[in-house]
Amino acid sequence: MATPKYPGFDTLALHAGQRPDAATGARAVPIYASTSFCFDDSDHAAALFNMERAGHVYSRISNPTVSVLEERLAALERGVGAIAAASGQAALHLAIVTLMGAGAHIVASRALYGGSHNLLAYTLARFGIDTTFVDPRNLDAWRAAVRANTRLLFGETLGNPGLDVLDIPRVAALAHEHGLPLLVDSTFTTPYLMQPFTLGADLLYHSATKFIGGHGVAIGGVLVDGGTFDWHASGKFQTLTEPYSGFHGMNFAEESTVAPFLLRARREGLRDFGACMAPHTAFLLLQGLETLPLRMERHVANTRQVVEFLAAHPMVEKIAYPELPSHPDHALAQRLLPKGCGAVFSFDLKGTRAAGRKFVETLAVFSHLANVGDAKSLVIHPASTTHFRVPDHELAAAGITQGTIRLSIGLEDPADLLDDLARALKAASKVA
Amino acid sequence: MMLDPPPSPLFAYTGGKPFDATRPCIVLLHGAQGDHSVWILQSRYLAHHGYAVLAFDLPQHGRSNGPLAITIEAAADRVAAALTPLGTSRFLLAGHSMGSLIAIEVARRLRERVAGIALLGTSAPMRVSDALLAATHDDPAAAMQMINVWSHSASIAPFAVRPGNPGPGFNIVWENLRLMERIARVNGADVLPTDFAACNAYAGAIDAARSLSCPVLFISGAADQMTPPKAAQPLIDVFVRKTVVTLPSTGHATMAENPDGVRTALQKFAAQVLAPTSESKAA
Repeated sequence: MATPKYPGFDTLALHAGQRPDAATGARAVPIYASTSFCFDDSDHAAALFNMERAGHVYSRISNPTVSVLEERLAALERGVGAIAAASGQAALHLAIVTLMGAGAHIVASRALYGGSHNLLAYTLARFGIDTTFVDPRNLDAWRAAVRANTRLLFGETLGNPGLDVLDIPRVAALAHEHGLPLLVDSTFTTPYLMQPFTLGADLLYHSATKFIGGHGVAIGGVLVDGGTFDWHASGKFQTLTEPYSGFHGMNFAEESTVAPFLLRARREGLRDFGACMAPHTAFLLLQGLETLPLRMERHVANTRQVVEFLAAHPMVEKIAYPELPSHPDHALAQRLLPKGCGAVFSFDLKGTRAAGRKFVETLAVFSHLANVGDAKSLVIHPASTTHFRVPDHELAAAGITQGTIRLSIGLEDPADLLDDLARALKAASKVA
Repeated sequence: MMLDPPPSPLFAYTGGKPFDATRPCIVLLHGAQGDHSVWILQSRYLAHHGYAVLAFDLPQHGRSNGPLAITIEAAADRVAAALTPLGTSRFLLAGHSMGSLIAIEVARRLRERVAGIALLGTSAPMRVSDALLAATHDDPAAAMQMINVWSHSASIAPFAVRPGNPGPGFNIVWENLRLMERIARVNGADVLPTDFAACNAYAGAIDAARSLSCPVLFISGAADQMTPPKAAQPLIDVFVRKTVVTLPSTGHATMAENPDGVRTALQKFAAQVLAPTSESKAA
């Protein structure tokens, strides 16, 4: 007998979480631009507030348009559910504050997006949550950094900006040895290139602003729970396993065996911190998500052509892309990322900082801005923008030099991208 | 709360309120490879509307200790032993799938203390295909995939369920799979084949039903592929005092796919068969 199958990825990207609107027959996901939703009667109201029944109350907690995006991403990631947030940073913050408070500790990869580094190194430290940053490739360093008060291990599936491939199976196994969950930032890979829960991660989030939306029109984040981590067995997460006086004494882990994290994150995190997603934003992100598989395939194909071109160019000192045999994580990437290593990468230009400036300013098809994952190709100089607050020694540790250029390869005709790069490299060579 | 029938304790979720033996009690029994959390959108509501609720983790499932019950009768012995010492005078027993068979057997054991039984996603006999039975032993991942796909109605085949369970933003299909995987990891690989073998082997439902005179509620999902509504008919025919509710566009995962339909039917039935309290009257 053939094993019955789940719907495929492309089908889920188009359909998961939505039926045609019952009232109007609308095929597209309607934008429910309503702050709040009517109760049938007083008992219905009380039951919704007390989590006895499912439904929408107030759009800071949940909204019908937003929940389509949440359920669709949960389906694509093979997670038990998701929570959309105001941004990727809000999603990261929501994950952390759901799990811990002052006195807790995080072990994080040091190859992080600058904004995440800021949150962990400076802002959360002010609230009593400390972070130890480690070389993501050094499993001994991860192990040595774990303390009795550690509550989370955290890294990016493809580290920023050197594309360090996080060895999720090994880091997750280490986390689980210590009764801890592994959270990954999956922004660069999207569920099309990697499904971290199938590799051992427990929680993930996306800056949906990037490839999920794909068109650079909306800021948003989505936090997804794999439902795999046993909070009750760990014994380290009282926020989930002890009665919570802020919600009628609810013991979230008793309430739901596989999804207590999401219950608390929504019922406390969205309620109290309030970094929710607007329905119009969810609608925009859904338009992008519908074509995610098509776009990612083309993003990767274009990136491969650009990488090949740059790798052979005399003005390029070094290029960091895990599909290249020269990348330290080449073998790991072949195993964990067989469909491709994404469309964001960095390379070091030969010459002075002036050469770098000339290169960026000469590009015409590439847009000079602080974003990645757009349908249009983008370029930025990390040392003076995304990572400008990071000290030099930490920049060096993260593999960033003054000449590092980051590209986000879009969906244009690849020949036009190569022409644009060739022209800019030629201009840069004249001031090098 | 932990109940302590010999030889080892059983866990029962009380719906977020302390158990009160003076209230009429609704007992909820999950199906194969499940636990109490499958009732999340019925148990909490009922506990806050005048009833004492005991949503069990069956032996060697979830937080309950072993030994694993290898027959439906053995599981019923454990549940009945847990309920017997409670001061509760009247129980409503509700069971889903495998739990429905256990509910029938518990009713046979507790007799006059059982005010009614609610059977969800039931059938008699509850035959399991040879391919699925073999897979539970030889390829548990494939078995869980079969069960998970067949447990959900075609209307949510692309995972398009509105709203999610236990609330917006949740994906009931992956939740169901993760729960089965959790039970396998925490409670042992033998739970899955044992549960399905117990269902397949149990032949006592009709005889047990003939011995019962209490009112019975049947809740079926119209799109149930595991226990289609017609498969419950032999059992329906036996009972005299019966109510049959068929939920449209609902698969075998009845409580998750149609939480309000199940809750409403259970609440209405409970109001008929259990002595009302001031809270249940108000609801």
